[in-house]
Amino acid sequence: MTALHDLTLTEMRAGLVSGEYTSRDLVTTSLDRIAGMDGALNSFVTVQADAALEAADAADRKIADGSAGPLTGLPIAHKDIFCTEGVRTTCGSRMLENFVPPYSATAVCQLADAGAVLIGKTNMDEFAMGSSNETSYFGDVHNPWRHSLSPGGSSGGSAAAVAARLVGAATGTDTGGSIRQPAALTGLTGLKPTYGRISRYGMIAFASSLDQAGTLTRSAEDAALMLGVMSGFDPADSTSVDRSVDDYQSALDHPISGLRIGVVEEFMGEGLDDANRECVERALQALAEQGAQIKRISLRNIGLSVPTYYVVAPAECSSNLSRFDGIRFGHRVADPVDLQDLYTRSRAEGFGAEVKRRIMTGTYVLSAGYYDAYYLKAQKVRRLISADFQQAFAEVDLIAGPTTPTPAFALGEKTDDPITMYLNDIYTIGANLAGLPAMSVPCGLVDGLPVGLQLIAPPFEEARMLHCAHQYQQVSDWHRLCPEGYA
Amino acid sequence: MSVTSDDIDKLAVLSRLRFEQDEHADFTAKLGSIVEFVAQLQSIDTDDVSPMAHPLDQAQRLRVDVADANIDRERLQATTNHAEEGLYLVPRVIE
Repeated sequence: MTALHDLTLTEMRAGLVSGEYTSRDLVTTSLDRIAGMDGALNSFVTVQADAALEAADAADRKIADGSAGPLTGLPIAHKDIFCTEGVRTTCGSRMLENFVPPYSATAVCQLADAGAVLIGKTNMDEFAMGSSNETSYFGDVHNPWRHSLSPGGSSGGSAAAVAARLVGAATGTDTGGSIRQPAALTGLTGLKPTYGRISRYGMIAFASSLDQAGTLTRSAEDAALMLGVMSGFDPADSTSVDRSVDDYQSALDHPISGLRIGVVEEFMGEGLDDANRECVERALQALAEQGAQIKRISLRNIGLSVPTYYVVAPAECSSNLSRFDGIRFGHRVADPVDLQDLYTRSRAEGFGAEVKRRIMTGTYVLSAGYYDAYYLKAQKVRRLISADFQQAFAEVDLIAGPTTPTPAFALGEKTDDPITMYLNDIYTIGANLAGLPAMSVPCGLVDGLPVGLQLIAPPFEEARMLHCAHQYQQVSDWHRLCPEGYA
Repeated sequence: MSVTSDDIDKLAVLSRLRFEQDEHADFTAKLGSIVEFVAQLQSIDTDDVSPMAHPLDQAQRLRVDVADANIDRERLQATTNHAEEGLYLVPRVIE
């Protein structure tokens, strides 16, 4: 029998229903592993052992009386960007070190209502600004595949926790690749749905036209299960889309013959690690053998996505983070001399260097005299990038390519040069700018480290993307690999 | 276009941030490299392109303007130690 910690959500669920083990068994396993292993990973900021055990017992009663929901009794974690009523929510920042939200995010409520047991809150780059989990006030997260390496970011704590089998799955958020990049670097299946598919209510805002919640799981099947629970209209989020939710699970099992997959020329050339390219090519070959039609496509303006993003995202960040003024919540400086001093020093002490850099960049591109040259220009280029995707989807059903240029990099390797760090998201940012659903699926090992195949779908075609990923996972076992020492 | 130390001072005031003297040079250099990096957009022809404000080109949905007090003030103000009798406490702003 597979050890309890190595089961996917779907497998755990089957075992709970058949009575092979209890939710208390699963949750105890999870808590024991965190106690024993997370010292080396630093993937959790907060663990709520007592509440989790209580929730497990309640779940076991529900399973016994036949009133279980789709996720009843399954141990999960939330990225510490989702507000959890009564449970500290830090967003990886000193600013919110002691913040206990008075309400929960809609996604948190949906997962709780479906029966998931919350084990704790995971570490992340401060306010989700980072690609390596090194900007967190609570310390670096280490990659379970090799502790000297970054797990990626900003959802690096969620990725490390799921990859190390500390929890069955975790939530994440993706503004420029913050789910897909860590998923690729830790061997997970990471999914960011269409903009507006999952409510952003209670998810601490970074860049509101780009932020989307999503999932970090060990299979596409698990992603389908979780996404179904988290998706749907929410009147509390003015950007939530009022549209019915597809049945993601029932779509998984059809054959993919005839599926047209476009491989992005611009993603496969210079800048992509050779071994990484081979893994992606092999995955595409496997999909072709299953009947998919693979063709090359071009996204002419995609090379502009990183500079476009680093105007739009900081602009929105500088506006969103103005709410942290030291008055109503968050860090407040001791003994302010006047109101300006209270604002300024509370923010100077509460925010880390990368967050300050983005606020300053955003203020710069929005300031008088620069708005047209930077912000307006970027919003126009954003339309060009989005139009390229639209044009491509007239010819193909899905777009594919690598998730990252290289496998996981060393902690400390890119911290001195922000541009080098930003370029790690070169393949992922386009989907955020265009609001498209995208996911990363493990597709091989390079020097013993996982790399990902990225799939991008037209708006609200998550089911198509999950279907392709699931079929690939029927003929590959990369998603089954466990980092050494965590089996 | 490079970012000067004076620019950093102005932006810091607008951003309600403060930089210590020893942080100044590093911030100026890094912000300068970011601005230089994003300046490449300026060479792109966007003459007939309209700016994209929403990723799916949708309009902002508005709700009916009715008060919805689903969180009470006491609970909301429990997030700070600087509230009294329903009011937030700040340094004196009116002499």
